[in-house]
Amino acid sequence: MTTTTAPAPVLVPNFDDDTEADRKLAIICSKGNLDMAYPGLIMANAALGEGVETMIFFTFWGFDMIIKSRMNDLQFSPAGNAAMHLPIGDMHLPQSLAPMPGMTAVATKMLKKQIADLGVPEVPDFLDQIVAAGGHLWACRMSADMNKLTETDLRDDVEGIISAADFIDKTAGAQLLFI
Amino acid sequence: MPVTELNGHQVHIDDEGFLTQFAEWDEDLGKVLAAQIGIALTEAHWKVIRFLRQDFTTQGVTATARRVQTVGGVPVKEQFVLFPKKPAKKMAYIAGLPKPQGCV
Repeated sequence: MTTTTAPAPVLVPNFDDDTEADRKLAIICSKGNLDMAYPGLIMANAALGEGVETMIFFTFWGFDMIIKSRMNDLQFSPAGNAAMHLPIGDMHLPQSLAPMPGMTAVATKMLKKQIADLGVPEVPDFLDQIVAAGGHLWACRMSADMNKLTETDLRDDVEGIISAADFIDKTAGAQLLFI
Repeated sequence: MPVTELNGHQVHIDDEGFLTQFAEWDEDLGKVLAAQIGIALTEAHWKVIRFLRQDFTTQGVTATARRVQTVGGVPVKEQFVLFPKKPAKKMAYIAGLPKPQGCV
């Protein structure tokens, strides 16, 4: 038996082009460890790819991500990270070994390789991509003052060193992510 | 999996409207898909679409915006100009490919 059915109506994906682009995301990056630099960048990149206006505020240790002399040298330490596993199965790295000399260098190298293998860029490259996608970078005034740094010490695409109050003002109505 | 008629051909689509059969796409259909989301294809658009099609045949997954930049040679900034707001999804839709799965 043969059945003929009429084709389904044409279905066009909804890319939200008709709606006002009013969704905003504010991300506060407060950590400068290599592993904690990535979550904010990945979420920012994803949000921009979905047409969400995205603003990132770098504060405290997160400042290292935008300091020219430090941004290429973020590190990952297994110390204090109970979720750190050895490359074999589910074995934990004993915390007593984590502070050993050279461990941070080894762990950093391993993490960088794993990230690169996924085609995910290093932090400075990733920020280049975020800015190219329309993201906005802001630096924390207090962190700059504590570190005695000025705009010349930061990535050129950082839009300014601003107070916490200014950032809250600029991100009115945004969803907020603190990392 | 619904079947719909586009440009005189019956094609399989998923429940969002993305084509699901690689072989059902041709460049004429690409123009129709682009027009449906308000994009008139220029040579710059075609460079991206052709890269995505070719890359899919070797990788088996849709290239992300990052890969279109690093391997396809079209900067992310330009992708946002060519395919505004949601470039990765729009590029995949026009190229008749699934939405990219990669996070970056």
